[in-house]
Amino acid sequence: MTIYSEEQAKAILDKAIKMSKADECTAQLSGSNGGNVRYALNNVSTSGYVSDADLVVEVAFGKRTGTATINAFDDKSIESVVRRAEELAKLAPENPEFMPAIEKQTYKPTSTFVEKTAAITPEYRAQVAADCIEPCRKDKLVAAGFFSDEQDFSAIANSKGNFGYQKASGMNFTCTVRTDDGKGSGWVARNLADVAKFDAKSEIRIAMQKARGSADAKALEPGKYTVIMEPAATAGLISFMMFGFDARQADEGRSFLSKKGGGNKLGEKMFDERVTIYADPWDEHAAVLPWDNDSLAREKTPIITKGKVDYLQYSRYWAQKQGKKAVGQPGNLIMVGGDKSTMDLVKSTRKGVLVTRTWYIRLVDPQTVLLTGLTRDGTFYVENGEIKYPIKNFRFNESPAIMLNNIEEIGRPVRVGDDESPFVMMIPPMKIRDFTFTSLSDAV
Amino acid sequence: MDRRDFLKITGAGLGGLAIPAFYGRAIAAEELLSTIDVAMKKKLADVALNAAKGSGATYCDVRIGRYLRQFVVTREDKVQNVVNTESTGIGIRVIAKGSWGFAATSDLSSDAVAKATAQAVAIAKANARLRSEPVQLAPVKGVGEVSWKTPIVKNSMHVPIKDKVDLLLGVNADAIKAGASFINSTLFLVNEQKYFASTDGSYIDQDVHRIWAPMNVTCVDKATGKFRSRQGLSAPRGMGFEYLDAKAADKIELPGGAVVYRDSYDMKADAVAAAKQAREKLTATSVKPGKYDLMLDPSHTWLTIHESVGHPTELDRVLGYEANYAGTSFATLDKWRDKFKYGSDKVTIVADKTQPGSLGAVGYDDEGVKTQKWDLIKDGVLVNYQVIRDQAHILGLKQSQGCCYADSWSSVQFQRMANVSLQPGKEKLTPIEMIKDIENGIYIVGEGSFSIDQQRYNAQFGGQLFYEIKNGKVTQPLEDVAYQIRTPEFWNSCVAVCDDGDYRLGGSFFDGKGQPGQVSAVSHGSSTARFNGVNVINTARSLG
Repeated sequence: MTIYSEEQAKAILDKAIKMSKADECTAQLSGSNGGNVRYALNNVSTSGYVSDADLVVEVAFGKRTGTATINAFDDKSIESVVRRAEELAKLAPENPEFMPAIEKQTYKPTSTFVEKTAAITPEYRAQVAADCIEPCRKDKLVAAGFFSDEQDFSAIANSKGNFGYQKASGMNFTCTVRTDDGKGSGWVARNLADVAKFDAKSEIRIAMQKARGSADAKALEPGKYTVIMEPAATAGLISFMMFGFDARQADEGRSFLSKKGGGNKLGEKMFDERVTIYADPWDEHAAVLPWDNDSLAREKTPIITKGKVDYLQYSRYWAQKQGKKAVGQPGNLIMVGGDKSTMDLVKSTRKGVLVTRTWYIRLVDPQTVLLTGLTRDGTFYVENGEIKYPIKNFRFNESPAIMLNNIEEIGRPVRVGDDESPFVMMIPPMKIRDFTFTSLSDAV
Repeated sequence: MDRRDFLKITGAGLGGLAIPAFYGRAIAAEELLSTIDVAMKKKLADVALNAAKGSGATYCDVRIGRYLRQFVVTREDKVQNVVNTESTGIGIRVIAKGSWGFAATSDLSSDAVAKATAQAVAIAKANARLRSEPVQLAPVKGVGEVSWKTPIVKNSMHVPIKDKVDLLLGVNADAIKAGASFINSTLFLVNEQKYFASTDGSYIDQDVHRIWAPMNVTCVDKATGKFRSRQGLSAPRGMGFEYLDAKAADKIELPGGAVVYRDSYDMKADAVAAAKQAREKLTATSVKPGKYDLMLDPSHTWLTIHESVGHPTELDRVLGYEANYAGTSFATLDKWRDKFKYGSDKVTIVADKTQPGSLGAVGYDDEGVKTQKWDLIKDGVLVNYQVIRDQAHILGLKQSQGCCYADSWSSVQFQRMANVSLQPGKEKLTPIEMIKDIENGIYIVGEGSFSIDQQRYNAQFGGQLFYEIKNGKVTQPLEDVAYQIRTPEFWNSCVAVCDDGDYRLGGSFFDGKGQPGQVSAVSHGSSTARFNGVNVINTARSLG
């Protein structure tokens, strides 16, 4: 059992801080129980369970810092980890960008913990696998998927009296279904805080339908197309763009938000006026911890408002140097949308391409956030409001900064998780004109 | 390590609290020098092996791992982070009732090991109900008590942190002096102390060392708002600190003036060159898109080999085990049976887990198989894949090729890429000679942006340095270059490969695969190679 109560966690952290002889001490206690099941070729391949807890102690003597970690929490172990951190700090070079421990923060709790998700059992996971495998076997389709869930707690404290404690839970599901001749492939994903909202039996139908529907795809010429992007298809691009929102990079002239002649583009209109993105740790669909990696309290933060850049991410050091206030860095990205579903966007499209997801997204040019990647697991040609036929996958070379200027229509946001993103996201389906596909892929 | 963890370690202003859990606990540098007694490891392994046999397992292997890592991260005149980490524990894998089971613990007491073994057997028995056919394991003859060590000259963990900090800050100072606006430089040092034992009668103690010294140099032109970066041209290697000795004999000046490195790296000289070249990129001619003959330096080609040959010849991908994440492969078994022409007759590509100085070199893999070298593509024809013990029978092989690896004691070992390398041309040919008969080409040095589809057909690659070739000569530097390929067409367009005098290794320190994700380190060698008629795009855009 590695999920400690608030009282247990506070007692451990208080001991560590009290034992420290350094100028400052910050401690973090966290633990998690996580389980997963993986299946491929309609068979369960692996299943695992990991339970772990760690106490991390960071101390400072002047501008010298040291960090040590331990996974035992008796008095002797706590004392040893504190002494170790102190020894390391004394040996460390001075950090000219050292920032003192943060002042006492006020953390307003967020709804990150759902009891039912935390109580997921190995039997439940096995049933998810069975619910995907069985219908696929019956329909001569082949399922490969991964379901993982976790419950965890985080507790933070420092020698200036700061303290926070919160529990969290979540689940993530992805499944790829292929036709047995390898000519069609479909995919479905759900990232949820509350497992009660998850139904593998109904989700798998989406991937099965796309697998069958994507078989025998026709080739279209690469070029600029109107695209209807499902939420998962743009989440990776938008998340990638956020790396350019670092204030220091922008001020140093090496971000797409750097200004010609010096300075940054904070306050400038860079995107279509229908683009509004914000972070909100209390969002009911995408709650995250009320503090960031530096223990700074998170706030509801406008990032892009009606196309205008409203936010740059200031580290504590850079904020101090620039005379700005450092606020907790966003843990989620919420893009404002309307009420329409992906299929509603299809219905209003005369000619276009429907994209299920994008994959292997990499930065080509940081100057313009030009990204490349590919469509995958269900790409379709749309004409006069209907899906006409499956088409071969495309490679795209497109910048989200350009994409978010070419918006035709925005639908209803849904929660999206992404393997390569640090954010929980609420992203709408979008219809976008002039999206740049540069070559065809034969991959199914 | 996934991209998030990589950013955590290298990110500006990183606090020590953000060490990814994968790395285990933070320790003092001197703890990096210690080892666990071999006799104790054997005793613990026997506890697990006996417990497994006693509870009905037909096979058991035990991995006792101590994974040590050191990171020194700097920018300009500042040390951003020095982190030493250790992760120690035991992973036990069994076959019971024809199914795999796995359990791991960081508690190295006999009781905890016996308990974890029982858990692994219970999981195997539970999984047996869901399997359609039992595991078939290719035989391995026990080797008794043996050891293997990366043939290093200087143990990186023995070099004082001060020397490492001084080196990086010196590199940064030289780059700034040479005109760089910014520089980030890093040392990543790894020592895997791995002990393997199995019911086949093997007790294998291995001491594996790796080093990586990446840097990124940026020049900013504030007046135009343009910025350009040039990464270092080093390779991560399975070597000790001697890789940073900067031996003159290992420096190679290429046509066009770029300097690359063979088996030792001059980090300072490369930083100075990077500063000058990043500045040149600000005003270099933007490429005209179209078909070009590409001349690819080994510092670039390794990544193209990795993505378009290494991954598609992993048998688990071919079979569909990675379909939900990394994807499958176009190089299907029917193509293998039909002697698929993967490349031109100039293309012979080998898998090799024994190559000295490579990231993937070990004496035995993580299921006790002695490592080896074999052909994947012979004179252009697909002849083999990369397999582990429970896959060998699918190809009719009598033994595994030794491609099994786990990135931690707590991870289940599975099929990972061997070093996969393009063999040098048999006839004498240098890059200077190769360039002479290229009329309209681009010479690419260093790895850049990369992306490939889930079956490894369509790929796009950038680079660090691009040079226009006109009528047999390098004429000018180019910018905004990326090329797009369809894998079989690309390898069939290979018309020449330089000889072994030009052979060099590149590689990846953090190749990701699996769910939950695991990383591995792998090298790819080649000599300079020429590919005719490749599609080049221009990547410049305007944000208005």
